Amino acid sequence: MLQKLFKFKGGVKPAYNKHQSVGTPIATAPLPSRLVIPLHQSIGGTPQPVVAVGDKVLKGQLIGAADGWISAAVHASTSGTVTDIGPYLVPHPSGLSIDCVVIEPDGEERWIERQPLDYRAMAPEAVRTYLQQSGVVGLGGAVFPSHAKLTPSRDVPMEELVINGAECEPWITCDDLIMRERAAEIVSGIGLFRDLLQPKRVLIGIEDNKPEAVAAMKAAVQTAGEPFEVLAVPTLYPAGGAKQLIRVLTGKEIPAAKRSTDLGVQCFNVATAWTAWRAVAHGEPVINRIVTLTGNAGKPRNWEVLIGTPMDQLLPLAEPAPDTDGVIMGGPMMGFLIPAPDVPVIKATNCLIAHSPTLFPPKPPEMPCIRCGECARACPQELQPFELYWWSRARNFGKTQEYSLFDCIECGCCSYVCPAHIPLVQYFRFSKSEIWAREKDKKMAEGAKDRFEFKQYREEREKAEKAEKLAKAAAAQAAKKAAEAAAAAGSEASPAPPADDPEAAKKAAIAAAMARAKAQRAAVQPRNTDSVSPDQAEEIAAIDARRQQAGLEPPAPSPEPAPAAAPDGKEA
Amino acid sequence: MELLIAIAVMALGAVVLGAALGYASIKFKVEGDPIVEKVDAILPQTQCGQCGFPGCKPYAEAIVKGEAEINQCPPGGDEGVRKLADLLGKEYKPLSAEHGEEKPKAVAVIREETCIGCTLCIQACPVDAIVGAAKQMHTVVESLCTGCELCLKPCPVECIDMVPVPETLDTWKWKYPVIEIKPAEGRKAA
Repeated sequence: MLQKLFKFKGGVKPAYNKHQSVGTPIATAPLPSRLVIPLHQSIGGTPQPVVAVGDKVLKGQLIGAADGWISAAVHASTSGTVTDIGPYLVPHPSGLSIDCVVIEPDGEERWIERQPLDYRAMAPEAVRTYLQQSGVVGLGGAVFPSHAKLTPSRDVPMEELVINGAECEPWITCDDLIMRERAAEIVSGIGLFRDLLQPKRVLIGIEDNKPEAVAAMKAAVQTAGEPFEVLAVPTLYPAGGAKQLIRVLTGKEIPAAKRSTDLGVQCFNVATAWTAWRAVAHGEPVINRIVTLTGNAGKPRNWEVLIGTPMDQLLPLAEPAPDTDGVIMGGPMMGFLIPAPDVPVIKATNCLIAHSPTLFPPKPPEMPCIRCGECARACPQELQPFELYWWSRARNFGKTQEYSLFDCIECGCCSYVCPAHIPLVQYFRFSKSEIWAREKDKKMAEGAKDRFEFKQYREEREKAEKAEKLAKAAAAQAAKKAAEAAAAAGSEASPAPPADDPEAAKKAAIAAAMARAKAQRAAVQPRNTDSVSPDQAEEIAAIDARRQQAGLEPPAPSPEPAPAAAPDGKEA
Repeated sequence: MELLIAIAVMALGAVVLGAALGYASIKFKVEGDPIVEKVDAILPQTQCGQCGFPGCKPYAEAIVKGEAEINQCPPGGDEGVRKLADLLGKEYKPLSAEHGEEKPKAVAVIREETCIGCTLCIQACPVDAIVGAAKQMHTVVESLCTGCELCLKPCPVECIDMVPVPETLDTWKWKYPVIEIKPAEGRKAA
């Protein structure tokens, strides 16, 4: 079937450098001496560890339970002993440490009990939860929890499901190889996604520089008898960006500040479909992934690697040349140099490139912008990077947002073409994180203000209440005094001292207080005499009578409770 | 006659417009001073009182009235002063030293084994970020603490420390790109 393909604006054609690592099939990397598994491996909440130091774990055992809906579980990649839970360096441009679970493998690779899941007989909600518990996240690089993306929107009907096999970044070939070798499982995974989302069409986009992958996927789709369309898209970086691929395959352009789901499109990476299928059909959570080892290396190749494998134990498999001076995680366009050689492989690690000054010559120093506009021509998001650059440089963040900073996908095309070697993307990342930090601060300030104002209000209220109480007490006191004075003047014509004598007033007050206390005591009635049955009332009366006879109690004002109780008793 | 008509028309117009303006001034009356709100929105709401006023709002009011300078808020920092200068059309001034200096964000932490449960810090906290009761150990709710340091002084046993907030992946920011300055090749040899 012939399908019209669309185009996106801009894009660049860097040297692809993919041929080095596609010559040999995927191999399984040997078991490392230890595994460092970060708990936070997806966008969203950080999973809490559910194992303790010293615990024996099995391959595939849950070690971090998902925290909230936008979060995915983390599992032990092999069987062994948990030796530590604490902060370790992770592959992140910040060079910061986060909590990791360290496992010393026992070499037995003992699995948890694995059971295939008959997902067709289950409620979609249960399948989504299962995928979350299996740690299925987007393996294209963004590691967004897949189950959340597999929830169809309520108000927009799902039109197209786009499967991303474009793999546009230079050097990386892990998706190419997985499509060549495991196409059948990928197609089954796509079938799972299709069943959950119910789209009208399923489009699989693969860049046309991977003819073997296209052929393998086409064959697998045909064998499975699925109506999926496998399409070779023109090779142009960044055709593998979700928004760009959606544009090429469906012609839909996602407006600023909208998501593809608002237009009825959802996009998944091919490797994600594979892991989802492994989870459903084999009960295997995401504990490994395909990683391309390439760059300044003697034996570039794709390896199936356990999550948590330290990179310094992995990279020697590719036999990096002696002049290697660093490792890039990801591609040369969007990747970054890892902060230390022993950081672990995470779910987002698609490629490790041995870096050398000859392969990646240092960028010449930044020169002033010459207003050539090359960056705007290259921008696949149709932004104006030069404007964004000026405003970012001037730290005028309001203006950067007016120029749609947050539509930038950080693909690096602008930096790639800039003749003045300006690190444009770095400026944009700086602006974005500053804006996010400011937003956070603002939210905090608003909360603090609310609480401050409430505290002031509360203090005012307490003050007012106290004042009111005092005023009431004073008024009562004055009234009582007046009454007592009147009583003293009226009844006690005896040789009492004059009423205005303070001593007498005090005495009178004490006497009055005692009288009040007496009256109060008399007024207090046994509590549980309400709603007693007539029999009980009689009994009480009899007891009281006996007491009186025994002279234990003066004739008490007791007749009241009994009659009061009587009607209740009658009702009952 | 024409003159009278003209006067009548003008008078009628004046009455109608006057009524409209009068109605509008009541209907669309602005409560409070909007500029105070704008200034208050720039202030960091730490409520620390380092500016010499009991809270951010009173300081905002004083700035608008012209009773206070715009450079008296250390938590707002240099950037806050610049924003205020921008908003009010005033000259930028560096942060005044007598009101304190800009510090990295810190939160109060109570050394719980030393706390005697006197509730003095709870009363001092302007944003209700300390929980506890009389003769019970108190603790600071870290996410609500603005780092104003107002609880330090009232504590009779000095068990409150200001601890700088460490950088995490959530708070980490990309840095401003800087051009590395290296000596020229020729110079190095020399």
